[in-house]
Amino acid sequence: MKEIFVRLDRCVGCLSCELACAVEHSRSKNLFQAISESPRPRRRLYVEYVLARKMPFLCRHCEDAPCVRACRTGALVQDPITRIVTHTPDKCIGCWMCTMVCPYGVIGREWERRIAIKCDRCPDRDIPACVEACPTRALVFMEEEEFARLTRLEAAEEVARSYRVV
Amino acid sequence: MKAVKEKSWCPSVQEMLRLAEKLDIETVWCRYEAQLPQCGFGELGTCCHNCLQGPCRIDPFGEGPQKGVCGANADTIVARNLARAIAAGTSAHSGHAKHLAHTLLAWAEGKAPDYPVKDEAKLKAVATRLGIPVDGKDVQELAKEVAEAALLEFSEKATPLAWVATTVTRGRVEKAIQYNVVPTGIDSVVSEVLHRTSYGVDADPVNILFGGVKCALADFAGCHMATDLADILFGTPKPVVTTANMGVLKPDAVNVALHGHNPLLSDLIVQVAPEMESEARAAGASGINLMGICCTGNEVLMRHGIPPVTHSVSQEMVIMTGALDAMVVDYQCVMPSLATMAECFHTKLITTMPIAKVPGATHIEFKEEEARERAREILRLAIEAFKKRDPAKVHIPNYVHKAYAGFSTEAIIEALAQVNKEDPLKPLIDNIVAGNILGVCLFAGCNNVKIPQDSAFLTVAKELARNNVFLLASGCAAGAFARHGLLTPEATEEYAGDGLKAVLTAIGKAVGLGGPLPLILHIGSCVDNSRAADIAVAVANRLGVDIDKLPVVASAPEATTEKAIAIGTWAVTAGLPTHVGFVPPVLGSPLVSRILTQDIKGIFGGYFIVETDPSKAAEKLLEAIRERRKGLGL
Repeated sequence: MKEIFVRLDRCVGCLSCELACAVEHSRSKNLFQAISESPRPRRRLYVEYVLARKMPFLCRHCEDAPCVRACRTGALVQDPITRIVTHTPDKCIGCWMCTMVCPYGVIGREWERRIAIKCDRCPDRDIPACVEACPTRALVFMEEEEFARLTRLEAAEEVARSYRVV
Repeated sequence: MKAVKEKSWCPSVQEMLRLAEKLDIETVWCRYEAQLPQCGFGELGTCCHNCLQGPCRIDPFGEGPQKGVCGANADTIVARNLARAIAAGTSAHSGHAKHLAHTLLAWAEGKAPDYPVKDEAKLKAVATRLGIPVDGKDVQELAKEVAEAALLEFSEKATPLAWVATTVTRGRVEKAIQYNVVPTGIDSVVSEVLHRTSYGVDADPVNILFGGVKCALADFAGCHMATDLADILFGTPKPVVTTANMGVLKPDAVNVALHGHNPLLSDLIVQVAPEMESEARAAGASGINLMGICCTGNEVLMRHGIPPVTHSVSQEMVIMTGALDAMVVDYQCVMPSLATMAECFHTKLITTMPIAKVPGATHIEFKEEEARERAREILRLAIEAFKKRDPAKVHIPNYVHKAYAGFSTEAIIEALAQVNKEDPLKPLIDNIVAGNILGVCLFAGCNNVKIPQDSAFLTVAKELARNNVFLLASGCAAGAFARHGLLTPEATEEYAGDGLKAVLTAIGKAVGLGGPLPLILHIGSCVDNSRAADIAVAVANRLGVDIDKLPVVASAPEATTEKAIAIGTWAVTAGLPTHVGFVPPVLGSPLVSRILTQDIKGIFGGYFIVETDPSKAAEKLLEAIRERRKGLGL
């Protein structure tokens, strides 16, 4: 299954992913209308700034998702095949157990309904909105083998450039 | 990839787009798609990079920062960005005007023999309007005084800009005084906007917007001055008939496109082209075939009937025909990508202005003291390029339409005078009062890659015409109508409502057309929006009401440039309900959005109508016209 991967060295911190995420999770799915909607559309990924690096953080849809294990109401469930962790607002009581156990802090809160919100991998789209919005391709949507290979090839290229046959 | 119909409604452009796909040639539409999705902060106007502590962005969803580093909020940032766009547009229009003023002065001082005054009557009329005594002065002397008065407008004066104070209604002057938006120098107000929007100056969004309005009035001065001086130097346009669209390219001729905005060089090229015919024929061509793009094209269309080949967003397509030997550009709306497109063909892209060079182009610098020689040099390059044309690459879309143009204010008044000599405006006013004409709409502005080319123009105009709205058009709006055959009497027969058709037919017959006037009157380039303002002012003065009471509206459904933002702002300030067919980068501030679309109505009478659906836009424009009619008791 495809995952959203972050090429950490490529983020320029433009926050386009955050905006696109909020718009995708609005009723209108249109920026110009979304900005005046209530409840306010919220982003589900976060560009953090640590040690002078820009780091987009979003739900990893962990293989063994702690948030799902912690959720006692059944609001969070994981698809056994896709591994996508989805959240059902009606079942959420806002106890924040999921927030406490999430290793990445990517479960947010919608104040109006007092429920948790998180990345749903954009069920209505082929390519998640954040990935499509990223102008530097820091966010990519691919199989983990494919991503590993991409990283490997980039590393290999670096080695190859410095490598000389004696 | 979008279907070609979603990119352009112009059949020539559609044909070229299919060719581009086949040949894998990059166009403006490819680059736009590559940019998608565009930055939401930019789209909302909430990105500020006016200081080195930025760039700062305001989160429109309220979770992230609501203030920039300095403390400016979305309202301040949006207002500042808008004011800066108006200042940029003003710089462009007035830079064009200043260029003409320098040339007129140079001729008056004997330094630019290629630029004699062509229209003495206009020179005298402008001088008189400005309060410059004309009696007993020769042309040179008067030209010098008008040119000097024009140049004086740029730096700060002790008095209001003459090109505003003498051209608008008394009511508008009073409004400007009341709200403290009287510009006293074009360059100085541009500089004032840059000052007040720089780090730590004006943070009050309302005050900044008034600053933008003041600058937009300076833009109006620049536009009006550019029209006046171009008419003086090259002649006030009279109705002409020509053809439009890409079928005007001739497979056997040296095809030269004139692109940009200023008639200074292009008019000279038109003047010297006949002298170069023999050289063209010696190279194996049937002759020299000039054509226009954008507003340089409009300038030479209005005065010489040079056919417009295409406009705005589709400018690259002309090179792709493989039949264009040279594209001569001055400034504004000239896409740098033209050089890349020209590399794929034999076309020479020739830049001519010291402030507007393009990497990959041939630069032949325009100098007014040797304008004719430079014009010849350029045409010689085109003839050389013609010899290198590859016939296998030639693909000319075979679409042409007849187009009438040349409707300067003077020409329109003259046409109306054929119906009523003593009181030329009376037929127009009587028909508005009687309801045969519901109102007047001015179409202006560019094409925009975000909107299928011409789709909004055609949809809104046909709907308004059906409802008996008298239509004027300038710039690339007029170009769009020309390419689709709407600047013709035939279009009047086909699309005008009965009342409008009867009026246009009566005037058309009175001027000896034997049929109706064209459905839409082409008033000229984008600076020539001043001509529409002149007509509105004349009607308002004749009726004894201010412009903001007239059933007159404006529409720029496909605008692109900062110049369009400046024009839109002065149209609103003049009192016109003004439609824009795209979402301007102001929605990040609900306050600024509300002021522009609602509150400003209570101040100047005009306001912006933002509507991306052309059919709904037509409905809203009609509604605005009806509201005005009601106000007048009609």
